[in-house]
Amino acid sequence: MSIRGKAFIAGAYEHPGRELPDRSIAQIHAEVALGAVADAGLSLSDVDGYFSGGDAPGLGGLGMADYLGLNVRYMDSSDMGGSVYLSHIGHAAAAIAAGKCSVALITLGGRPRTTSLRAPGQLMGSPPEASFEPVMGMNVSAVYALAAARHMHQFGTTSEQLAEIKVAASVHAQHNESALLRKVVTVEDVVSSPMVSSPLHRLDCCVVTDGGGALVLVNAEIARSLDRQCVAVLGHGEAIEHTRGGHQDITVTGAVVSGRDAFAEAGVSPDDIDYVGLYDSFTITVLLALEDLGFCAKGEGGKFVLDGALQAPFGRLPFNTDGGSLCNNHPANRGGMTKVIEAVRQLRGEAHPAVQVPDCKLALAHGTGGWLSTRMGNATVVLGRES
Amino acid sequence: MASGPLPAPAPEVHADTAAFWEATGRHELLVQHCGGCGLTIWYPRFVCPACHGTDLAYRNSTGTGTIYSLTLTTRGILEYKDCGPYVLALVELDEGPKVLTNIVEADPAGLEIGQRVEVVFHDTGEGTALPRFRPLPA
Repeated sequence: MSIRGKAFIAGAYEHPGRELPDRSIAQIHAEVALGAVADAGLSLSDVDGYFSGGDAPGLGGLGMADYLGLNVRYMDSSDMGGSVYLSHIGHAAAAIAAGKCSVALITLGGRPRTTSLRAPGQLMGSPPEASFEPVMGMNVSAVYALAAARHMHQFGTTSEQLAEIKVAASVHAQHNESALLRKVVTVEDVVSSPMVSSPLHRLDCCVVTDGGGALVLVNAEIARSLDRQCVAVLGHGEAIEHTRGGHQDITVTGAVVSGRDAFAEAGVSPDDIDYVGLYDSFTITVLLALEDLGFCAKGEGGKFVLDGALQAPFGRLPFNTDGGSLCNNHPANRGGMTKVIEAVRQLRGEAHPAVQVPDCKLALAHGTGGWLSTRMGNATVVLGRES
Repeated sequence: MASGPLPAPAPEVHADTAAFWEATGRHELLVQHCGGCGLTIWYPRFVCPACHGTDLAYRNSTGTGTIYSLTLTTRGILEYKDCGPYVLALVELDEGPKVLTNIVEADPAGLEIGQRVEVVFHDTGEGTALPRFRPLPA
């Protein structure tokens, strides 16, 4: 497959300004975005793929997707300096050719003449939400706690139910000699640990560790030539969820979209999955992912995790058998990578024998990055054991 | 309870939010209204995040709303690092949008989702003020 003839530039717009002291950088991105979609005869509502470089304010594309109100299922915030917009054309064309998106938006905006922020890394300035959230004392555990508190209010979820998620992770971590926390904990241990941001206790929160991880992907021909057992990428989906101009439902994540797309591409359903790796920044992150990916109905996550459901090898849906980020590690404060690595171990049959899921054929890994309650990036992959 | 007064750091004011922040200096809460689709928008910006129109105008908020969610957080960062526990909340304004803010002038243990609140302003010392909320009498 090639991108040749698969994608077309339909709109292009250059900002007329050369000195713009009366505009924020976010507004400049918005003006060029509106100009380009108008040139194409489209609107921002048609955009389902967003590509931004290092000049876009915010965490990757999250800040601008929130500001613009984009509903995208494909995004790329890779950066390599001033050439990246050409790179983005290639990435966007590949995404369009693969059916990952159909209308891709690439934006550039900045005002170094006005701000004299000319040094590398100082280009983008503050994200648009920065004037409204940090000044109110926004912090990571607090915005996750807001989602947990609301979920409890709407659905009757309890701290004891959330604690079951940490208990399962700790049962797994006891077998991982590299895990930061190897002690098996009880529900009582979790709910009696100090409150960090109510209703989240200390043991509802992931660990802080150094470390890292890496992956190598190859084409089918190379995979066949290798002695090493490879794992097939069967499906993928991604989505940004954001504040919707203040009209968000904080009990719902972008996993609704990313999971739907990943399952559809893989041609499987939640019932087919043998193992899940779920980014567990906090226990509530896991609960929302289970619901939004379709492993249970909305609001039923608290009941779903009872009775050792998440515990390997024989629970209904074994998860995070390395102990996850709740117990094992959380390199660079980013937990998505290690969820994939343990899923690969499971599919290769190389997890610890005490937690290896018997005949593990199909796994799902899912990440929730950024922040619940405000703006988040969600990505899901379905992986299969190579036959 | 917080061990001291809550910090009131000054926001960075940009061209697309200057009118909003100027109004806070007069202790007025403005919300953006989209002339295209009717959405009431938080936080203020240049383009409507729903219909993507740019016909946006400020209206005065009644300054009253309902607690949509809240947390008593002990993990403040930046200016909040040493201020002790405080309440971070999402308040759903009567005009519709949810605002990330603080609940003040109340015992955190007595607060709950669904409670009615009204805006109070905390001056930053730089001509702007932070919109926070306190419980309305039951």
